[in-house]
Amino acid sequence: MGLFDKLKKIVRNKPQTEEQQVKEALYDVGLKKTREEFVSKLSRLGIKYTRINDAYFEELEDLLISADIGVSTVFSFLERLKQRVKKERIENTKDLNEVIVDELFIIYVNNESLTTKINIVENSPTIILMVGVNGVGKTTTIAKLAYKYKKEGKKVMLIAADTFRAGAVEQLKIWANKTESLFYGCDNIDPAGVIFDGLEMAKQQNADIVLIDTAGRLQNKVNLMKELEKMNKVIDRIIPGAPHETLLVMDASTGQNGIMQAQSFKEITKITGIVLTKLDGTAKGGIVLAIKETVNIPVKFVGLGEGMEDLQTFDIEEYIYGLFKDMM
Amino acid sequence: MFEYMGDRLSNAIKNIRGMGRITEENISDALREIRMALLEADVNYVVVKEFIASIKEKAIGAEVGKSLKPDELFIKLVKDELVSLLGGDFVPLETSKNPTILMLVGLQGSGKTTTAGKLANFLRKKQAKNPLLVACDIYRPAAIEQLETIGKSLGITVFTEGKIAPVQIVLDALDFAKEKKHDYIIIDTAGRLQIDVALMQELKDISSTINPHETLLVIDAMMGQDAINVINGFNEALSLTGTILTKLDGNTKGGVALSVRHLTNIPIKFVGDSEKLDGLSEFFPERMANRILDMGDILSIADKVNDIISEEEALDTAKKMKKGTFDLEDFLATLKQIKKLGPLENILKMLPQARKLGINNVNINPKDMAHVEAIILSMTPYERHHPEILKATRKQRIAKGSGRSVEEVNKLLKQFEEMKKMMKMVSSGNMKMPF
Repeated sequence: MGLFDKLKKIVRNKPQTEEQQVKEALYDVGLKKTREEFVSKLSRLGIKYTRINDAYFEELEDLLISADIGVSTVFSFLERLKQRVKKERIENTKDLNEVIVDELFIIYVNNESLTTKINIVENSPTIILMVGVNGVGKTTTIAKLAYKYKKEGKKVMLIAADTFRAGAVEQLKIWANKTESLFYGCDNIDPAGVIFDGLEMAKQQNADIVLIDTAGRLQNKVNLMKELEKMNKVIDRIIPGAPHETLLVMDASTGQNGIMQAQSFKEITKITGIVLTKLDGTAKGGIVLAIKETVNIPVKFVGLGEGMEDLQTFDIEEYIYGLFKDMM
Repeated sequence: MFEYMGDRLSNAIKNIRGMGRITEENISDALREIRMALLEADVNYVVVKEFIASIKEKAIGAEVGKSLKPDELFIKLVKDELVSLLGGDFVPLETSKNPTILMLVGLQGSGKTTTAGKLANFLRKKQAKNPLLVACDIYRPAAIEQLETIGKSLGITVFTEGKIAPVQIVLDALDFAKEKKHDYIIIDTAGRLQIDVALMQELKDISSTINPHETLLVIDAMMGQDAINVINGFNEALSLTGTILTKLDGNTKGGVALSVRHLTNIPIKFVGDSEKLDGLSEFFPERMANRILDMGDILSIADKVNDIISEEEALDTAKKMKKGTFDLEDFLATLKQIKKLGPLENILKMLPQARKLGINNVNINPKDMAHVEAIILSMTPYERHHPEILKATRKQRIAKGSGRSVEEVNKLLKQFEEMKKMMKMVSSGNMKMPF
């Protein structure tokens, strides 16, 4: 049984709860742009070249690069593809499409059982630290996560440790009100100090989930990255073992710099997952694959729209199905 | 930015050096390196193709003259091609109308609000304008407060009317500007996707209501291959007059800079290069090309220095250095001037051969400089003029006062003495400058 059939079966056999239906619909709409760009081009390539040759591979390379998959990832991908073509004696491009999807899938899965689960601890607040470069949507993502956990009946608290950007504390406070979450923030210059006081409050109030917003920092700013180290120390001192999750928020339209972002943040702090925002707005988002291959951090959430419910746990099967369903 | 392009290129052209002429074979490695570097810098793949083809064609046909060796010729070709890709001539901002109206548009998170503040600051400082900031982002929570905070810190008026229709806001802002004699209006709009029909219509409505003289797209330099769709989307709706590239101070290679002009013919007008409110520079294609190729950007450094340090101050310092009367008080003043230039790393990066010297990626801890300052500030003015009187007890007092150790005080004094010796040698002509 081919990969397409398997995927179809997996997706269709999922229990059709209301939640699952919402999820499928969101992936369908959110990935529309990518599907139309990338997949339709891939199909057209298959029509233009019925037989596989060098010119075909060259255009395929352009196509993959234009999807932000990452230059070195694309090159190694093409090498593997060429080998398979030779070994399996694939001659026409139509048969190759399924192999292409299969290989893309392999880059992501890479013999590992990937966990998109968030590490929730019992008996103490679960601390989730949100980090990332400027303008990727950290604060908005926190609002969406707060909404999600609130709906699950958790007591949520938001801590505004972005003391740098004008209006950032105010922005988070508005979201805390809207999502009826606890809130701590003040115009203290030192974010570690804010976190210290905030976590004390979280313990007193018995919060279940604490989401910490931090200032956007470009990964090459040493001092800002050091500040992050300090925050981690403070968190660990008040709640040993925390943060339980450190999520790197990343804009889906980021190019090759995304790899550097992931690498640099990983060096400073233990990144447990990536939140890929604004996926609905880009026709690319191939950076997910590049990051998985070079840095090996799983994507845990994807932002598929601007609504509060549009932040979804990342599901590789839904993702691949949402992308390639027109070809299946 | 473009960190690796220069490296890759200088490695690749080693092969060409010493060759009698440029052939397809001896530049093929170099071309491949350039292609990889450009793709890794997120330059649009169509642009990369054309760029490579064009260089190849020109290089193979080129005459290797007496004055230029093949590798030099090749670099020159690449540079010329880069300059033409980046847009040839510098296109200045419209400033002649009264009031001049400028509208900033872009995706969410590209940096519009911060850029609005930087632009206002720039126009006031460089063009002696009296700018008015207008808050039209009625969607993102606290966006208006953000602009207000920025305005307050700059002492620039921000026009807000809360969350009413943006078209009404801009009309009222125009009246306000005329009444209060503001000659430049900067409109901050909400971030939006170029495919969001309703929100794009809102921008068109704002635009047709006030007919801005400049409509600038603010775009994140880290953006990947999708950048071109964003630019085209906004341009079709609004006919952009330019773009502003933000977050170039990250280690992004900003390939989008190379794609914008070539694919859309829209000039890049500014680049954002630090988080501070003076972190906005005009975009000069030739200088940027030099920087990419590691040929340095002395002109931009000179601009920065001229902005901050007056000529008299510089002359005064030079005189003192020559006479050997340069004391710790002068040193402190110099330190303060250097600090005003912004992060020193950014300046070092612009020096020619920065990569070769290994100073393109140094990290200077601003705290080290602050410590030096603290030590000097803990001295009495007399001590600053006569550091030779500093003995154990005075040093201990200074160490305590500045919160540093006596060793650090000693180290600073020693370094200062050596620096003074060097200055004397240089000015008396006993030493050749290292460059």
